[in-house]
Amino acid sequence: MMNKISIKDLNLYYGNGANHALHGINLDIPARQVTALIGPSGCGKSTLLRCLNRMNDLIEGVKIDGLVTLDEQDIYQNVDVASLRIKVGMVFQKANPFPMSIYDNIAYGLRAQGVTDKKTLNEVVERSLRSAALWDEVKDRLKSPAFGLSGGQQQRLCIARTIAMEPDVILMDEPTSALDPIATKKIEDLIQTLKQKYTIVIVTHSMQQARRISDRTAFFLMGDLVEHNNTNILFSTPADDRTRGYVNGDFG
Amino acid sequence: MSYTLTRARKIQDTAAKALIWLGASLTVGFLLWILWYILSNGLAHVNWEFVSSDYTSIGEASGIWPMIVSTIYMVLASIGVAAPIGIMTAIYLTEYAKPGSKLVKVIRFCTESLAGIPSIIFGLFGLTFFVGVLGLGFSVLSGALTLSILILPVIIRTTEEALMAVPQSYREGSYGLGAPKIYTITRLILPSAMPGIVTSIVLSIGRIIGESAPVFLTAGMVARIPESLMDSGRTLTVHLYKLTQELYTIHEWNQAYATATVLIVVVLVINTITKLIASRFNKATY
Ligand SMILES: Nc1ncnc2c1ncn2[C@@H]1O[C@H](COP(=O)(O)OP(=O)(O)OP(=O)(O)O)[C@@H](O)[C@H]1O
Ligand SMILES: [Mg+2]
Repeated sequence: MMNKISIKDLNLYYGNGANHALHGINLDIPARQVTALIGPSGCGKSTLLRCLNRMNDLIEGVKIDGLVTLDEQDIYQNVDVASLRIKVGMVFQKANPFPMSIYDNIAYGLRAQGVTDKKTLNEVVERSLRSAALWDEVKDRLKSPAFGLSGGQQQRLCIARTIAMEPDVILMDEPTSALDPIATKKIEDLIQTLKQKYTIVIVTHSMQQARRISDRTAFFLMGDLVEHNNTNILFSTPADDRTRGYVNGDFG
Repeated sequence: MSYTLTRARKIQDTAAKALIWLGASLTVGFLLWILWYILSNGLAHVNWEFVSSDYTSIGEASGIWPMIVSTIYMVLASIGVAAPIGIMTAIYLTEYAKPGSKLVKVIRFCTESLAGIPSIIFGLFGLTFFVGVLGLGFSVLSGALTLSILILPVIIRTTEEALMAVPQSYREGSYGLGAPKIYTITRLILPSAMPGIVTSIVLSIGRIIGESAPVFLTAGMVARIPESLMDSGRTLTVHLYKLTQELYTIHEWNQAYATATVLIVVVLVINTITKLIASRFNKATY
């Protein structure tokens, strides 16, 4: 199996070294699979996720050492951050549509790259909304504000916005934590379809969710990667006591 | 025990309420009283003739048209200088500078100090520097440059606040899509901050219209329509100041009240425009 992303001996420090948030992480992320990152609050799941598209660059005082490769290429050396972020898209915990129309939200990323051709944009908007299973619900109101959508629709809009850039990898940080069960189900179904085309890394607080949707799971505790394996194996026969404790709901 | 407590509490409540009401009604009362006082004395003397005719100090013409034009020039020139500088500074501070860096601290210290300096000091500075050293003379340009320094802190601070109020999640979303910084700023952040920026400019316009000393010290008092930025000009407020220096006849009093009335109307109109723009933008950004 081919690894899309490979993380080697990754250390991350916040506050110019004051807070050692990730301790020597080694993790391979296979292509076209769903990898779930689980663990108690503050263990560094989001931090690791943000290393994969260099969103941590936006935070003052972050120091990183180690190696992160995407398709065998070091993403921290000689890489244009913008094109990295196009290849590795991100969906955030709270849906964050821009204050503009549904159409303009989807077209935003392409327009930022200088695409102005109406036909291209129309096509991409339709294709992305279809891929995010949102087209039928919004096709009659593409020009109306994105804020008028429900929370779940907004989150699918954000997924569509990411898909519009034709990424290889989609990072999702607790994408359903603010949604009700029905909206959550829709997103989970969507993730199952999307993984045929995209490599997906998802942070989740819900172990049921990790079990339902992921192929592989990595368990984190206080900045350490404790264990990672096939989701079924990790949940049924964990190798580490701490993992067993967590997946059995003893703490966290 | 509990009885006395509740009783004490009740008295406190009533006293506090009474004080708040007193404060509020004093504020509103004084405002209305001043408005009524000026308007009732001035409105009768405001007519088309007054607004549209020239002015001479010996009295054959006593309109305010040159002052209106000078005021407009002064506003346009000052905003034209201060708004781009102020907005770009604010963008630098919020979007580019490292928080807590030396340069940020220096800029912040300067804007805060500038905001606290009495405006006549700016007038003195403008008189020395723009009028004298740079040789711009008593001109609309000297006045506008002086006023720009005066309003710069307001524009920077208010724009900065407006930019900081733009949710961080917009920036994350945009940079997460690989959008360049300039694109993110011009297409996402500035439009979201626009109501705040417009408000800061309108506040500054009010300030420009309201200043007197720093204006006549740098732009002079010539009561003619300035033909260029290098001409002297007399703004409405400076005109009113000048009129109040020589209130001997009833005619002169009437002129002063009429000018004050026009000033008040202008300020009210500006406030209304701000409200309209703000609500427009709120609707536009949903
Ligand atoms: N911007 C930041 N600046 C400084 N420290 C941070 C920052 N973000 C996270 N941290 C710290 O890094 C550690 C890991 O945080 P992170 O957000 O990655 O945890 P998480 O596993 O995503 O938690 P949660 O499940 O609550 O989202 C925590 O100790 C946190 O306080
Ligand atoms: Mg998190």
